[in-house]
Amino acid sequence: MAGLMSRASLVVKSKFSKLLDRAEDPAETLDYSYEKQLELLQNVKRGIADVVTAKKRLELQEQQLQQSLVKLDAQAREALAAGREDLARQALERKSGLQQQLQSLDQQTQGLQQQQEKLVASEKALSAKVEAFRTQKETIKAQYSAAEAQVRIGEAATGIGEQMADTGLAIQRAKDKTESMQARASAIDELTTSGALEDFTTDQTQLDRELGAIASQSQVDRELEQMKAELGTGEEKKELQP
Amino acid sequence: MIVRLMGEGQYEVDDEVAKGLNELDEQAAEALEAGDEERLAELLRRMADAVRLNGARLPDEGLSPSEAIVPPDDLSLAEARELFEGEGLIPDLPSV
Repeated sequence: MAGLMSRASLVVKSKFSKLLDRAEDPAETLDYSYEKQLELLQNVKRGIADVVTAKKRLELQEQQLQQSLVKLDAQAREALAAGREDLARQALERKSGLQQQLQSLDQQTQGLQQQQEKLVASEKALSAKVEAFRTQKETIKAQYSAAEAQVRIGEAATGIGEQMADTGLAIQRAKDKTESMQARASAIDELTTSGALEDFTTDQTQLDRELGAIASQSQVDRELEQMKAELGTGEEKKELQP
Repeated sequence: MIVRLMGEGQYEVDDEVAKGLNELDEQAAEALEAGDEERLAELLRRMADAVRLNGARLPDEGLSPSEAIVPPDDLSLAEARELFEGEGLIPDLPSV
């Protein structure tokens, strides 16, 4: 059984050897390879932007969940003050569910942060190698005969091809992770809007309505008392003055 | 010899380190074969650590090819299978 290092080398080489087969003359091979390097640099930059966007979305979702937590806590207190322990319990149960979601979101955000850092490092390495390759490419074109150039190109192209495959892997892994996290974020959004997970993040929730009912009930009672007081005892029916 | 830690960069290591790497590498291949994710992760980490601790980091602008390539040390079992056995985790380089 082959070791993982030799297998990794094989996989990496198979990726960039195709690049070298494409062009026929050395100058063309060099220019073609350089073009591909610049494309890959664009790809890795795009990859970084995608990770940043995904991370922002998760952070926004975290903020929303945080707000819901605060609100649920306040609602639980209100409910308890109104003597509705059942409602208070309900709010606290929802709160605990949200806290779990929040923890998992936090881990995912950290995961994306790591991906971002890796991509940035990969971009830096590739960028430095591309610049070195560009210089070497011009030297080779200017100074060597076709046969000599072929050897030099082989060396330079192998060195940079390896980095290209490495960067390609970093982009792919970040993409896979970002996609799976976005799928989870969408799932949370969906659960929230459908009310299956949480109806509490919307403006008017069941809990809001019940609490509102309690509040308006006590206000009605208060106003009634006030009117009765203004009208006298309130016990005897009196004719109102026209 | 020059070793690449994938996702990280290239290092120059001596023969002693290279020998140790090969031993860990054999065990890592066995862990992958056995589907032992935890063991695979541990071995990949030990390989990367051996290179980081005992090797000298080469500058990014170098164009020398590596003699050995160590897979990323946070590779999951599924990713390792895809990288080595499946369609390949590394996408084809951008084509025309």
